[in-house]
Amino acid sequence: MSSKNLVVRFAGEGGQGVVGGADLMASAAATGGYHVLTFSTFPSQIKGGPAWGQARVSSEPILTPGDWLDVLVAQNQYAYDTNLPDLREGGIVVYNSEEFEVAGNTRAYGIAADKMAREAGNPLASTIILIGAVAQMASIDIEAIEAFIVKRWTRGRASDKQIIDGNIAALRMGAEEGRKSGLTVTPLDAPPTHSEPRVMIRGFEAACLGAIAAGLDTFIGYPISPATTMLTYMEQNLVGLDKFVGQASSEIESIASLVGAGFAGRKVMTSTAGPGLSLMGEGLGLAWMAEIPLVVCDVQRGGPATGLPTKTEQSDLFAAINPGHGDMSVPVIAPGNPEEAFWAAGHAVNWAERYQGPVILLSEASIAERAQDIAIPDASKVLIEHRLVSDGKMGNRRYAGEGVTPFPVPGGPGAYVANGSEHDEEGDTTHLPDVHVTMTDRRFAKLKVLEDGTFEAERTSASIALLPWGGSKGAALAAWNELIAEGVDIGWYYTMFLNPLPPALLEALQAKRLVLVPELNYLGQFASRLRSMGVNAQAITQYTGLPFKEADLKSAIRERMGALAAK
Amino acid sequence: MSKRNPTYDFKWCPGCGDFGVKVAIEQALARRAVENQESVEKTVIVAGIGCSGNLVHLQEGPQPFGLHGIHGRALPIAYGVKAPRPDLNVLVVGGDGDMLSIGAEHIGPQARRNLNVTLVVMDNGIYGLTKGQASPTTNVDVVTSTTRYGKLDDKLNPLMAYLGLGVGYIVSELSSRVKPLGEAIKTAMDYPGFSIIHVQSPCTTYNDTYALLKGDEKKGIEPLAYPIPDSHDVTNLNAAMDLVKGERIPIGLIYRREGDSVASDQRLTDAKIRTKVEQKSVDALLREMVI
Repeated sequence: MSSKNLVVRFAGEGGQGVVGGADLMASAAATGGYHVLTFSTFPSQIKGGPAWGQARVSSEPILTPGDWLDVLVAQNQYAYDTNLPDLREGGIVVYNSEEFEVAGNTRAYGIAADKMAREAGNPLASTIILIGAVAQMASIDIEAIEAFIVKRWTRGRASDKQIIDGNIAALRMGAEEGRKSGLTVTPLDAPPTHSEPRVMIRGFEAACLGAIAAGLDTFIGYPISPATTMLTYMEQNLVGLDKFVGQASSEIESIASLVGAGFAGRKVMTSTAGPGLSLMGEGLGLAWMAEIPLVVCDVQRGGPATGLPTKTEQSDLFAAINPGHGDMSVPVIAPGNPEEAFWAAGHAVNWAERYQGPVILLSEASIAERAQDIAIPDASKVLIEHRLVSDGKMGNRRYAGEGVTPFPVPGGPGAYVANGSEHDEEGDTTHLPDVHVTMTDRRFAKLKVLEDGTFEAERTSASIALLPWGGSKGAALAAWNELIAEGVDIGWYYTMFLNPLPPALLEALQAKRLVLVPELNYLGQFASRLRSMGVNAQAITQYTGLPFKEADLKSAIRERMGALAAK
Repeated sequence: MSKRNPTYDFKWCPGCGDFGVKVAIEQALARRAVENQESVEKTVIVAGIGCSGNLVHLQEGPQPFGLHGIHGRALPIAYGVKAPRPDLNVLVVGGDGDMLSIGAEHIGPQARRNLNVTLVVMDNGIYGLTKGQASPTTNVDVVTSTTRYGKLDDKLNPLMAYLGLGVGYIVSELSSRVKPLGEAIKTAMDYPGFSIIHVQSPCTTYNDTYALLKGDEKKGIEPLAYPIPDSHDVTNLNAAMDLVKGERIPIGLIYRREGDSVASDQRLTDAKIRTKVEQKSVDALLREMVI
């Protein structure tokens, strides 16, 4: 017997390398040909506090981090106690026997990995010792991991050989411990073969690359968890004479400077999280009002105010569509995984250019930080759209007419005033009632050009449909697959394009008896919005700061369908 | 209304100091356009909110680009215009509420960036557009609609604040001195870094300080404003601080930091050329991640 999946969780406290352990495990397995997906959760501090990293390794494409653990690596008593309930029947615990002892559990084995690493003169290798043990217990080919170690630490430095040899020795030490334990989990299937090259990519990297592929040339941001990675990635990778990356002194500065740069003809983006999005509200209103193209990537975290800075949630949808005061409806694209993040970011840059206004790329902590293997995206397939630029024939009447009109770029013809106050055709302030009506209508009418979003639709004849959004897509799809296999008649709909929704999708949803919307927030924000659009939508909510589990979602769907049938 | 746009429905009060600033800016931009042989369309005026912000709509003659944004954020908007587009000339206008209250947090970062941006502050010591509330530069003890017991908060010394925040070029002027003001704005725009022209621009409706600034010899009232003596060493920071620390308002060039000779926005370009970093294609960046 063999298994399609291996789920390993490294649990301990911040600074013990538990997130790095899961990453290393996933990278090693991916190098061996497996599909991998990581998830981590940790407190908002550099050291200490409960943290864990999880790697799912599979012979099949992966949708979620996995509900149940095959192996729990526990660094301390608290990690053991709190994570043990997630261990699958027949699962194994590897614990840090230097730190604590586990009594009365025949499926637990202690390894003093830190001590072994110190004694071997390679104190940084304790994680590799643990990986060696886990790989042995799961019958993963140790030689494949050795090949990974050689690749990973061949960096053209004099110390390469010493580090590689030390790490391979550590891996073998760990494998020996695994053998000594006598414990095994069901062996993992052989890795699949791949016809095309794959990349190991994180959501934030994919989003940055998608935006660059669409021609992004300016990025200005302010550090905030969990969105800082995009700022630092851009600083390192959006380079060259015609590019600009800057660190502002607040999110208020970020959005204001983006308005300035977008006005100056640049393709611009920033990354932020909830608190930053709140601070950007007025600036986003200015971009909407003055019709300035820009993209804000909001990497959602938990709660209002500081909330849960490093946890995942989907509670900024309302704030993304209506980030500020007054009548506006900001276009929102929400990817469901790292691969979609690449394409979504490209769409976001293009949408901003096309309708000449602000666009929110709505990501989540769990997508931004997730590492996953995907087929290498074909960057040449990203369309590059440019705003319609004024040739001067309109004079300074930039805001004349209905819909999208030519955009005068400073230095070129058509000098006008880009104005956040209500304005006339030239951008001069006016408060006349009929002008406010005309201009408000003009701004909303421009959204029409964004109604080209695509969507997924399966089993469309079913009267009940499942419609997840963003990062809940994976767990929802896993649950839906199982329900279909069990003979449940339920439709599947999904889109990244949350505002404006693809009109055909909205029409299909309006015809359903019930639309179930799994989302990680208390209010049921997407479901609420859909109800306002005439869809009988019900949210399935969770607000733990963690993603959905497949099993929880499946039973919640069954429950809602049962309640409807009983009516 | 403006000459360009008769339907524009904003007016400054008769005698408003901002009229003088407007004309001075028009003169400065016209002179620079001739000297640099470039169109005024290469210039962007970023305006804040308040009476001062409306200046951008009232510009006469060849039109620069304008951006009339939101209250307090004109400086970071200007950062976004100038940093990725160093070829543009960027002038920022705002009032004392805009720049010294809601937007004061942006002066420090802008000074540190030291991009070639010029800020003209029209200081009337009051919130004019919202009809007469106390501002950071309203005198202590003045009764306004928000200071019924007289203003209890200290008055800000803007020139001292600019020096403290590291602004490299600081001029103090009067809105009534249109010609020297125009010259000062032009010279500041030529200066290769962040510059501030702080203009006493009285509000004839809510805080008319013309008489105080000018003084009255007959009544024995000493003018608040006085010309900076020729002996002042403009490159000496301590001398500049001594000059501005009193109650009276020195008029002229307060400070010009020595050594700011290369256009500061050029530093990024220089660093890029020096390090020879080139943009990799997205495909190449993806290939680096291949398993």
